[in-house]
Amino acid sequence: MIRLVKRPMPSKFWSWTTPLVAVIATMIAGGLLFAILGKNPVEAIRVIFWDPLFGPNADYFRSQLLVKAAPLILIACGLAVGFRAGIWNIGAEGQYIIGAIFGASLALAVYPAESWFLFPAMVVLGAIGGLLWGLIPALLKVVFGTSEILVSLMLVYVAQNLLAYMAFGPLKNPEGYGFPGSRNLQGYPSAFNDELMAGTGVHWGVLAALGAVVAIYVLMQRHIAGFRIRVAGEAPRAARYAGVVPARLIVFCLCLSGALAGMAGLFEVSGPSGQITDSFNVGYGYTAIIVAFLGRLHPVGILLAGLLMALTYIGGDMAQLMLGLPSAAIQVFQGMLLFFLLGFDLLTNYRIRIGGARA
Amino acid sequence: MTEILLKIDGLTKAYPGVVANDHVGFSVAPGEVHALLGENGAGKSTLVKMIYGLVKPDSGTMEFLGRPYTPAEPRAARAAGVAMVFQHFSLFEALNVAENVALGMENPPPMRDLAKRIREISQAYGLPLDPARLVGDLSAGERQRVEIVRCLLQDPKLLIMDEPTSVLTPQEVEILFRTLRKLSSEGTAILYISHKLEEIRTICDGATILRGGKVVGSCIPREKSARELAEMMVGGEFAATERVSRPFGAPMLEVKGLSLAPLSQFGPSLKDISLSIAAGEILGIGGVAGNGQEELLATLSGERPSAPGTVWMKGADISALGPNPRRALGLMSAPEERLGHAAVPNMSLTDNTLLTGTIRMPLVKNGFLNMAEAKAFAEDIIREFDVRTPGPWVAARALSGGNLQKFVIGREVLQKPEVLIVNQPTWGVDAAAAAAIRRALLRLAEKGAALIVISQDLDELMEIADRFCALNEGRISAPRPTEGLTIDEIGLMLGGAHGMEVPA
Repeated sequence: MIRLVKRPMPSKFWSWTTPLVAVIATMIAGGLLFAILGKNPVEAIRVIFWDPLFGPNADYFRSQLLVKAAPLILIACGLAVGFRAGIWNIGAEGQYIIGAIFGASLALAVYPAESWFLFPAMVVLGAIGGLLWGLIPALLKVVFGTSEILVSLMLVYVAQNLLAYMAFGPLKNPEGYGFPGSRNLQGYPSAFNDELMAGTGVHWGVLAALGAVVAIYVLMQRHIAGFRIRVAGEAPRAARYAGVVPARLIVFCLCLSGALAGMAGLFEVSGPSGQITDSFNVGYGYTAIIVAFLGRLHPVGILLAGLLMALTYIGGDMAQLMLGLPSAAIQVFQGMLLFFLLGFDLLTNYRIRIGGARA
Repeated sequence: MTEILLKIDGLTKAYPGVVANDHVGFSVAPGEVHALLGENGAGKSTLVKMIYGLVKPDSGTMEFLGRPYTPAEPRAARAAGVAMVFQHFSLFEALNVAENVALGMENPPPMRDLAKRIREISQAYGLPLDPARLVGDLSAGERQRVEIVRCLLQDPKLLIMDEPTSVLTPQEVEILFRTLRKLSSEGTAILYISHKLEEIRTICDGATILRGGKVVGSCIPREKSARELAEMMVGGEFAATERVSRPFGAPMLEVKGLSLAPLSQFGPSLKDISLSIAAGEILGIGGVAGNGQEELLATLSGERPSAPGTVWMKGADISALGPNPRRALGLMSAPEERLGHAAVPNMSLTDNTLLTGTIRMPLVKNGFLNMAEAKAFAEDIIREFDVRTPGPWVAARALSGGNLQKFVIGREVLQKPEVLIVNQPTWGVDAAAAAAIRRALLRLAEKGAALIVISQDLDELMEIADRFCALNEGRISAPRPTEGLTIDEIGLMLGGAHGMEVPA
């Protein structure tokens, strides 16, 4: 019989090095997988992990890395706060969509008026949109005791349908020859979330993501509110004893994560994506959940995890393109990363004992 | 009685970082009531868990009826004739008595036969019990009867009882003891775990005393005084609490007509509670846990709001205030459950000072944590309350129950409360630490604070409280001065013996 025995004191060293070990293990197991598929494993790993950073055209890929990592980090930072408190917002994807619709609607409504404050106003509206979408599961939980997990997840589908309606209906580009989708905001200077320095990929969303990392770090580690959030997740009764009002905490966490997700949606729709289409969202809101846990719900960890996740996406795309690897193999590869991380995590906290206990 | 029922030799069990039992040996004769005496953490529970097959010893041997005895699981122990009544009951509140008994049996007979047997056994042993009643409607004493009857149906040769009287009123204890004597006279041996010395002197024929996982002595309890037993148990001189009379000041906290609906179907409610406590006074609230103690503490501390006009402090209505505004006014509390309520298990002691210390101590500036101050405060508590720990960075869960309790009480006391409400301040705490906690509470009262001490330990309340009242089924009795109060009067205030009327 195999049993898991909790370690009395998990090693500090291993809890910090497991992510690295997990990446190495993923490379080995992934290499085996690629070898079985008849590809050169070393080359495949190089294409995924090395080329986007240091290979030919690395400049372009590095900028893409930031573009892809920024929304993941921004959303994951918000989610991590709630997850620490035991409040499970699974619907960041929906809040991301609504944020994009809110912000883009403002730009499309006033088009083509130019003003310096249009973009900041769009960011604020994007945050408000995400916040309101997060407020729905919060209020339902507080008033009726519904599960925020189910409600926030189901609201993603509502948001997706709303998005499709907007793309085909009210927000459709009047000069778009009947094609679905809004005007492209990249052609609207006041609303365009352009690169701040050409070729770097750094747009306002990247700065916002970095800002969120710092702000969430300060909130969670240095501020009494963050302390109370951590207490609420660890021991709910102790939190009430410390003066936390559960209802307020629920509303705060869902609104915060909603607002950050909404901002991420706005930065995306006004920048890299450019327009509202029915397929504008690409699952950042779901991937951010993985990023949040991969980063151990810690802002710095989330920063690194977001970059790593973005790297496997970009590298994975390249491997598909250059080596003809099937996309399923890439997804398996990404799954392996999570599997190994969680597996090594378990071994950091537990030891395996084979055979029954001695009599 | 030269015959031996259970013989234990060299039993050892180690857990990471602690040897719970170190070469423990003793024997029990048929029909003997044998006490296992020791402070919390002395290894009593581990020992009986090994006898009952819940824990496997690392080494050592057990013999039962002259044969080697190595129960792999409780089922094997029950089959051999060993039964156990746990301190915490494992009963389903939504099922009736007979159904609960049936759930614990290997081959339960048809319900009608079972109900008949339950009636017979409960009558024969003076433990009246109606098989058709819902367990959720029973008092703690009656629930214990269900557990005992469940054991007796198996016709055990050895009955283990873990702290059986902690949930009973004095009258109920008498009834239990009559039952135990009858069992003993029929040849059933009883292994009786307790740290209540007078009880052990009353009921037990022999005693094995454990300290730090080792057997440190055995005796015939009747031949020793309670003080001698205590000194064997603690291993040293026993300092009693000194008590000086104090002048009382103006009323500090008043509760007027407080009622509260229960949180769950079988949870206790609070019914029309009124009390008043003056500066310098200690009010003791006795009663078996689960009769509204937690609810009362939560309402007074501010964790559960109550109707306007029900809770007053220094003449102001504070019913609507949460815990932190009440702390600002000087009302502090220490709940019963240390891990998960009074302290966060996975956080350090320094972090745990922030739970309650952010209002009256300078641990927070503009909302930002001042960790240096928090650490200094934690170190103050550790020093002043003799908390045994390597340092303030240690996680709360790594402390023993008694040490964590000292930390929790110390955290509140050092913030100089004007009103302090504590629930079970010495529950699960060893005698020396308990005495230290009581002394700290008395000192606080001497300085003019008003204290409410909720406790199941009647001796404790008699020792420190000025007035005593009982909380029973959510109702509070009229407080009476503790001086001159007899144990019988207290028993009646606690509701006497619950449900002793013989069912029809």
